[in-house]
Amino acid sequence: MGARPIAIEQLNLWYGALQTLKDVRVEIPARRVTAIIGPSGCGKTTLLRCINRMIDLVPGARVTGSVRLGDFQVYGRGVDVTAVRKRVGLVMQKPIPLPMSIFDNVAFGPRLYGTGGRKQLRETVEASLRVAGLWDEVKDRLKEPAGRLSLGQQQRLCLARGLAVEPEALLFDEPTSALDPISTVKFEHEVLKLKERYTCVIVTHNLQQAMRIADHVLFVYLGELVEHGTAHQVFTSPREAATASYLGSGI
Amino acid sequence: MRRRLTEGVFHGIALLATLALLAALGLILWTIAAQGARALNWTLITQPPTSGSYTEEGGGGIAHALIGSLYLAGGATLLALLISVPAALYLRVYASSWFAGAVRLLMDVLWGVPSIVFGAFGFTLMLLVGLRASLLAGIITVALFELPIMIRAIDEVMTMAPRELEEAAYSVGATRAETAVRVIMKQALPGIVTGVLLAFGRGIGDAASVMFTAGFTDHIPTGVMDKAATLPLAIFFQLGTPFAHAHERAYGAALLLVILVLMTSVVARVISARLGRYSVQ
Amino acid sequence: MLQRRHIHDYIARHAMLAATLFAGGLVIAIAVALYLRAHPLLASQSLAALLRGHTWAPSRGEFGFLPFIAGTLWVTAVAAALAVPVCLLAAVYLAEYAGPRVRAVVKPLIDVLAGIPSVVYGVWGLLVVVPYIAETLGPYAQRHWAHLPLLHTDYTTGFSILAGGVVLAIMISPAIIAIADEVLRAVPREYREAAQALGATRAETITRVVARKALPGLAAAVVLGLSRALGETMAVLMVVGNWPHVPTSIFDGAYPLPALIANNYGEMMSIPLYDAALLGAAFLLLVLVLAFNLLARVVLVRATREAV
Repeated sequence: MGARPIAIEQLNLWYGALQTLKDVRVEIPARRVTAIIGPSGCGKTTLLRCINRMIDLVPGARVTGSVRLGDFQVYGRGVDVTAVRKRVGLVMQKPIPLPMSIFDNVAFGPRLYGTGGRKQLRETVEASLRVAGLWDEVKDRLKEPAGRLSLGQQQRLCLARGLAVEPEALLFDEPTSALDPISTVKFEHEVLKLKERYTCVIVTHNLQQAMRIADHVLFVYLGELVEHGTAHQVFTSPREAATASYLGSGI
Repeated sequence: MRRRLTEGVFHGIALLATLALLAALGLILWTIAAQGARALNWTLITQPPTSGSYTEEGGGGIAHALIGSLYLAGGATLLALLISVPAALYLRVYASSWFAGAVRLLMDVLWGVPSIVFGAFGFTLMLLVGLRASLLAGIITVALFELPIMIRAIDEVMTMAPRELEEAAYSVGATRAETAVRVIMKQALPGIVTGVLLAFGRGIGDAASVMFTAGFTDHIPTGVMDKAATLPLAIFFQLGTPFAHAHERAYGAALLLVILVLMTSVVARVISARLGRYSVQ
Repeated sequence: MLQRRHIHDYIARHAMLAATLFAGGLVIAIAVALYLRAHPLLASQSLAALLRGHTWAPSRGEFGFLPFIAGTLWVTAVAAALAVPVCLLAAVYLAEYAGPRVRAVVKPLIDVLAGIPSVVYGVWGLLVVVPYIAETLGPYAQRHWAHLPLLHTDYTTGFSILAGGVVLAIMISPAIIAIADEVLRAVPREYREAAQALGATRAETITRVVARKALPGLAAAVVLGLSRALGETMAVLMVVGNWPHVPTSIFDGAYPLPALIANNYGEMMSIPLYDAALLGAAFLLLVLVLAFNLLARVVLVRATREAV
């Protein structure tokens, strides 16, 4: 296991006749935080969901091109989508604790894949909660329904749940948009720690957040990848006019 | 691999369960149609039974039950309408949300009350006011039985009517009653028709509520105080005899009843689909 | 002029209120009326004796309800055993797997099933189910299941708990499916996504997450279906044999409460306390159904509200 880079080549996406992603090509490096920024409705989340094939769940969506995780072809012939999603974790906009206990939430993924016995499961859950920075807060209440946690805790629980299946990359879809500022800072802190072990991709509306945590930035506008580069380069000296005007209006 | 197999098996079983139910529907309709088609003819529909129709040499048809059913379900539906429309309007225009919620819950519960219990209640009412088993007693009982389905159907379309409609009416100085009758009722008219048809279908198919209250007879009723036969009871009683000709009439009557009920529900469906088209905006 | 319009408003408002109260109060009126009618019987014998009594001999003043309560429960249990798994799976298929076009065809067909009159189900039971049990299943059970509890039989006419249960199972299916489908669809999409994002298959998502979230609502759907089964009269009456005893096998005949009322209403005014006993049976039925319904409705209101 370990972090792998993500290579996206000639990725196109149509909903019926409407094309929402146009010829996206980019390399997303391992062990870095890559932020996808851009105005609403321009395909940021769609691009993210192409990486773990959650886009398959949308009726009428059609994808061409390729996404590779290391040498693994995400859209390869005969690839099991559930295997893709095990390799690529996703933390969504709103925390969605599953209707079960805190422990069972984190154990949900490992149990699907039937790895190890009870002891190992316990260890996996603890390790995942520790990495997500939640262990100390919940270690005495693992049997409680996950819905009782605060929103910020719930979001870190969702992160732990995603970590427990030992993914190679982590996707974040505006993970802090439902959180208060303090929980947001805490969550960002965890993301920065995670990049030592995973490829992290985060969609965010919040430019300050991208500046705080991103090493690389992709700017998506009207379904096209307008510009990408290191965070420093994109934020200080954007090459494209569209990027500059978005950054200008956003800051 | 095992997980993919489980997925396929689960999907397959769920599909199979659905198909099993559709097969049951097909089997029931086919059985009734095949048995009934042989017996269903003009005489059956237009003639009342000859005297002694429950003996070996009896004959005739089930016109008395057909007409009895139409009178009974028709009368009951009209009566239920007289209560349902004002009640649904009240829920929409005047009632607090707490009160409306409570009434809706009561209607849902009333919907679940078995028809035989309505029959028993109708019977106690008859004892109370000294009414004999008659078309009138049957109409009252079936009307009560139809109430919940009608109120809920009408209530549902009335809730769909946009609030702005009322506000527009109030803003030109209409009272609440005027708004209710002239604006909301007009808007809900197709829904009222649907509710009426649903209730009629429920009323015409029910036997347990009328067996206590409407009596049974071989004659076509001429007044509301006459006893009245109904199709479901005619089917039930004729199947209870040992005679093949009576059984044949029962099968014919069953097919006739199914046709009536299905026609009613198709018309209701078409109207409510139309309604859906308008209510989109 | 203005005055008159307001008087009209006042009258209309109160007329509408009267209609509403009439409809809303009906359940209570039914309960009270039946209770008052049943009261003479309750005054003459203890409730426990009535509910536990085996003997039903109205002319001797013996009114043991046990065989009828047992008959109702047996038939309902068989209907539940047949209908619940099939209906829940069908609801899962409709809510989770079927595309909009399949739904648009299947849902109305299931509604047709709901609209078929009770007596027609009875006719079908007489024509198909009863002969099948008498000629095929019964003899098979005689030979192979003689030592099994609940399934043994020496001889069956086909008029049996099983026949009643089969017919009832089909009758209550549309209600269970309609509510279960609604409950499943009320589970927010995000839960499915969260599970699938972890690599769960659809089956795993449904059984471990969606069904769990929807559990109270699904339970309510089942309870509502069963409460319909408890009170169903004509179809069961026609195929269940109407034999007043406490059954021991699904091939036995039985005599459920609604059938008792329907078969004997004609004589009930001629024997003392008989009317009280039959209307008491109706009251008992009402109490059972109301308890089931209220419970299910309250759970359902919560379940669908929470999901929003």
